[in-house]
Amino acid sequence: MVRVVLPQPLAALARIDREQTVEVQGAATQRAVIDALETAYPVLRGTIRDSATHRRRAYLRFFACGLDLSHEAPDALLPEEVAAGREPFLVVGAMAGG
Amino acid sequence: MSSVRVLAGTRKGAFVLTSDGARRNWEVAGPHFPGWEVFHVKGSPADPNRIYAAQHTDWFGQVVQRSDDGGRTWNAVGNDFAYEGETGTHLWYDGTPHPWEFKRVWHVEPSPSDPDTVYAGVEDAALFRSTDGGKSWGEVSGLRRHPTGPQWQPGAGGLCLHTVLLAPNDPKRLYTAISAAGAFRSDDAGESWRPVNRGLQSEGFLPEPDAEVGHCVHRLAMHPARPDVLFMQKHWDVMRSDDAGESWREISGNLPSDFGFPVEVHAHEPDTVYVVPIKSDSEHYPPDGRLRVYRSRTGGDEWEALTEGLPQRDCYVNVLRDAMTVDTLDPCGVYFGTTGGQVYVSPDAGDTWMPIVRDLPAVLSVEVQTLP
Repeated sequence: MVRVVLPQPLAALARIDREQTVEVQGAATQRAVIDALETAYPVLRGTIRDSATHRRRAYLRFFACGLDLSHEAPDALLPEEVAAGREPFLVVGAMAGG
Repeated sequence: MSSVRVLAGTRKGAFVLTSDGARRNWEVAGPHFPGWEVFHVKGSPADPNRIYAAQHTDWFGQVVQRSDDGGRTWNAVGNDFAYEGETGTHLWYDGTPHPWEFKRVWHVEPSPSDPDTVYAGVEDAALFRSTDGGKSWGEVSGLRRHPTGPQWQPGAGGLCLHTVLLAPNDPKRLYTAISAAGAFRSDDAGESWRPVNRGLQSEGFLPEPDAEVGHCVHRLAMHPARPDVLFMQKHWDVMRSDDAGESWREISGNLPSDFGFPVEVHAHEPDTVYVVPIKSDSEHYPPDGRLRVYRSRTGGDEWEALTEGLPQRDCYVNVLRDAMTVDTLDPCGVYFGTTGGQVYVSPDAGDTWMPIVRDLPAVLSVEVQTLP
C-alpha cells in the first residue's frame, strides 16, 4: 500500500481527504501509483498527468522522502520508504501566482 | 411567476444568481469550483436543470462539470478531449508549424433539443461533441481538418474556438468562430466546413484584403427568428451578414470605438443589437473611463449609448466575449459581467442598469436561463 498526499484542489475535486492509500499492482513506480489513484478516483484522470501524453502536468511536482522526484522516469522505482507505506508520495502544486 | 437564473463563470469559480421576473432582488450562490477558472457555464434549453460548466487551471488541466438540479449540485464528467487521428500542425506565433495541443475548453453549447448533446469549443481550436451528457467527447474533426487549418495562427489569447452557434431552423447548420482564424460554417452537421469571412477587413495584420482566414473574430450572434442574419464583433469592426455569413458589411457607424468582445441580440427584436465598445486592443477598457453599452435598434450603423446605472467615470474594466447575454422575458433583460467582478442587469432592454453583484473575481462568462 502506498500513501499519496494530494493538493487540496484535487482532494476537493474528488471529494476525498488529501491523504489516500492505494494498492499498487507490481513495483511501486510513479506510473503505478498514479494508475492506481486514477482507477480508484476516475475524476482525477487528466489532472495530474496529461490525458494524451501521460506526462506530468507542468505545474505539478512529485516529492517523497525529502527528494524531488518530478524528473524521474515514470517507471523508476520509488524509494523503499514509499513502497512500504512508511513515507507518503506527495503531489504538490507549484507555487505560481494568479 | 417567471424567474431567471444567471450563470457566471469567473477567474476563481462559478456563481449562480437568481431572481424573480422583476429582476430587482437577487440571491447569490457560490463559489462553485472555488479557485478554478470557469470559462463558461451554460444550461440546456431542453432541460433547464441540466447545466454544463467548463473549469480549468494551469495546474490541474480541464474538468467538465454537470449539474442535473439547476446548479445546486455538480458532478465531474468526461475531460478527455483527444484530437481525432493525426493531429498535424497549425502556425505558431513565430510562423513555424506547431502541433495541435489541447489546452482548455472555452465554450460549451448545449443542444436546443437534447439535454445529453453538448458541443465544446476548445483551445487549440477544435470542436468536440458529446451525446452522453458530457461523459465522453468526440472531435467534430472536419473543422480542424479544413485545408486552411495548417495556416491558422493564434492571437494573443490563444488559438481558441470560442463561439458555437446552432441554427434553430436547420439542425445541420452550425457556425463556429476562432481567434484568429475567422468564422466557419457547416451545413452537414459538422462533417465539412468552410470559412465565411468574405467582407471582413483586417488591414492591420492581414496584407491580403480577401484573405480566406486569419481574421480575428471575437464573437458571433444571431436572433433565432432570423437565423440567416448574423452579427459579429471583430477585433476591430462590428459587422453584419444577411446571408448566413456569405458576405459581411461593417455596421460600426457612430460607435466611439469599434473594438470590443461581446455582441448580443435582443430576444424579441431581431434588429436590436448590443455591443460594449472598448478603447483599443492594447487598452482593454472603455473609452474615457465610461462604461457604456451601445444599442442599435436599426440592425447596426446607428447606435445609442446606454449609461443609466453604469459608472461614467474612472471605470477601466473589460467585458469579455462570453460575458453578455439576454433573457427572454418581456421586457428583455440584458446582462453582462466585467473583469472587475461586477455583473450588471438591465431589466428594461438596456434603458437602466444595476449591479447584481459588485465584487466577484474577474468575470469570464455570463449566461441566463429564463425559467417558468
